[in-house]
Amino acid sequence: MAFAAFSSSTAPAAADTSRKKSPVALLLLLPGILYLVLFFLTPLISLLLTSLKAPSEFGDFGEFSYAFRWENYVDVVTAYWPHIMRSFGYAITATFFALIISYPLAYFIGVKARRWPLLQSLALVLIIAPFFISFLLRTLAWKQLFSDESFLVTSLKAISVLAPDAHVTGTAFSVIFGLTYNFIPFMTLPLYTTLERLDVRYLEAGSDLYASQFHVFRKVTIPLSMPGIVAGTLLTFIPAAGDYINASREFLGGTGTQMIGNVIEANFLVLQNYPAGAALSIILMTAILVIVSIYVKKSGTEELL
Amino acid sequence: MKSKPLPADPMIRELIRRAQNSTMNRRTLLSGAAVGATGLALAACSTGPDELTAAPDTSDTNKKIRWDNWALYVDIDDAGGYPTIEAFEAQTGISVEYTEAVDDNNTYYAKVKDQLSLGKDIGADAVCLTDWMVARLIRFGYTQKLDHANMPNVANLIPSLQDVDFDPGREHSVPWQGGFAGIAWNKEQLPNGIKSVKDLWSPELKGRVGVLSEMRDTMGLIMLDQGVDIEGKWGDDEFNAAIDEFTKQVSDGQIRNIKGNAYKEDLVNEDTLAAIVWSGDIVQLNAENGDKWDFIVPEAGGTLWNDNFMVPIGSGAKSNVEEMINYYYDPAVAAEVAAYVNYITPVVGAKEAAAAIDPELANNNLIFPDEETLSNAYVFRGLDNSEEQKYNAAFQSVLLGSV
Repeated sequence: MAFAAFSSSTAPAAADTSRKKSPVALLLLLPGILYLVLFFLTPLISLLLTSLKAPSEFGDFGEFSYAFRWENYVDVVTAYWPHIMRSFGYAITATFFALIISYPLAYFIGVKARRWPLLQSLALVLIIAPFFISFLLRTLAWKQLFSDESFLVTSLKAISVLAPDAHVTGTAFSVIFGLTYNFIPFMTLPLYTTLERLDVRYLEAGSDLYASQFHVFRKVTIPLSMPGIVAGTLLTFIPAAGDYINASREFLGGTGTQMIGNVIEANFLVLQNYPAGAALSIILMTAILVIVSIYVKKSGTEELL
Repeated sequence: MKSKPLPADPMIRELIRRAQNSTMNRRTLLSGAAVGATGLALAACSTGPDELTAAPDTSDTNKKIRWDNWALYVDIDDAGGYPTIEAFEAQTGISVEYTEAVDDNNTYYAKVKDQLSLGKDIGADAVCLTDWMVARLIRFGYTQKLDHANMPNVANLIPSLQDVDFDPGREHSVPWQGGFAGIAWNKEQLPNGIKSVKDLWSPELKGRVGVLSEMRDTMGLIMLDQGVDIEGKWGDDEFNAAIDEFTKQVSDGQIRNIKGNAYKEDLVNEDTLAAIVWSGDIVQLNAENGDKWDFIVPEAGGTLWNDNFMVPIGSGAKSNVEEMINYYYDPAVAAEVAAYVNYITPVVGAKEAAAAIDPELANNNLIFPDEETLSNAYVFRGLDNSEEQKYNAAFQSVLLGSV
């Protein structure tokens, strides 16, 4: 069902027509298929099989054998449902803020700045420039900026925006901030590419028909930029939901902000509980696929993807 | 989208028909591929033989050692070279490829465990890991038996470490460096200092306390504070009492964060003012950031741990490694390393050798601890398989905030 949302759904109508083979097409497809089998399908099946493993009867720490222990899924959902909900909560919030921030930015660069191509490219460079620095370093830098004795936090405390004993690092705020900050370009760039092609004559036509500015924006600009919005939100939401760097205790998170990615990491690397980690990965993947396909269906843009 | 009627042009009709045909072929090919992938996935996960045998020793012909160790854990000079390793290479003609590949026992284990379980080479001939992890590797038969005849200097090993419960007679492992877990605090912000784990729970420090993500150190210190002898026969009751205290301090927000090596950043940027830490780090932090922190092993006791050399089952360079271990058990060499890494050296006579280089160094109680300090440091007792799973799970669930 999830896959159906993406397929262009051409029915296999002419299945009974002539069975002539086309060896060239097969040959050309072969490298791609081999690649997919080796690096996508095999790990996926391996993950699925691991998620159903049971602890070996006389096994030592971290030893499991093949079984059909579907209870693994029940166990991880019971144990970690708050983390699953939190992940999607954080990811949706971060995507929302990224959209709120990126849309005006992309609109300015793509529409308002059209007359000054130099300004346009300069603004784009400014958006991409931070990405020449490692993701980890940038996140660590924010951790320093948000630390208790930092200029930012002490100033906010001095003007009573923050309570004297309040913290910023290790809170939901800092994690969502980190997610928003780190994924903003994935929102801005697709928005920019659609807004850049926006035909302003449509907006003029709207105004000529006595639509208010807000009305024009809602009825003309938004629908025309929908492909960018959909692509941007997907590119932000999907990695944000599975992210484990921002929420990690070593970076912006704390014990109260752990996301599903952190739980998977702990299960694979520390607890050596591979079935639990694998089951959580499959759940995360399925949940994202379902959410995304519903979203794509609802926004009615499957043909634009 | 509905399928449209085919266009009238016969040539285009034929092209479309062919295209549709090849989709069919793609489908059959894909389903075949799926079957193949299942086979591959199963093959990749097959289990190895139960009894592992050590790889044949090719030390005589291949004069090479690949050594995986923790960061900043051997002497490094200003040019980025390793003086003691270079001296060893010149002396023996064995070349050493030193890699700072270990940053956590668990993650390193997760990386190499599949090769180890098959008895394959893990890309290292000597690895230094902590006691409990070495205990696990020995239990699984993942290490090679060392020949003490090739390492006469190992007689210099301090007596208390010669016979450990996980490796009687040191047949599979030899200590590299050790250290304490204790408490450090910021002297400027907390002039009155900290004396015990209980002091960390004082209201003034709410939200400014850090603890280690290494279960044995954090839980060890809390249990010691609760009067438990962590070397002795404690069980679930004692562990649960400690984990309850720990959970309470985390959920009350008293403990700000729980970290591995990264706790140092929190001390430096003052997110934490006091923390459970490793002794050698504080010596280094003070050297880099001005003398800002003090460290004690609390009166109720601190934990003592060692990182140990071991030779993985798939390595073919055992004799070379034995020669290197022997070299590092020369007191003069051990002193040279201790002067740089600031952890406890397990070599008898290193203190005297260090006094010759720098008397102040030999008097540093964290590098060459006196009897009194040592008598207050305890080794977390070995855990069996079910305990390890149970206690790890309990500790991790606090770290993940799911209690």
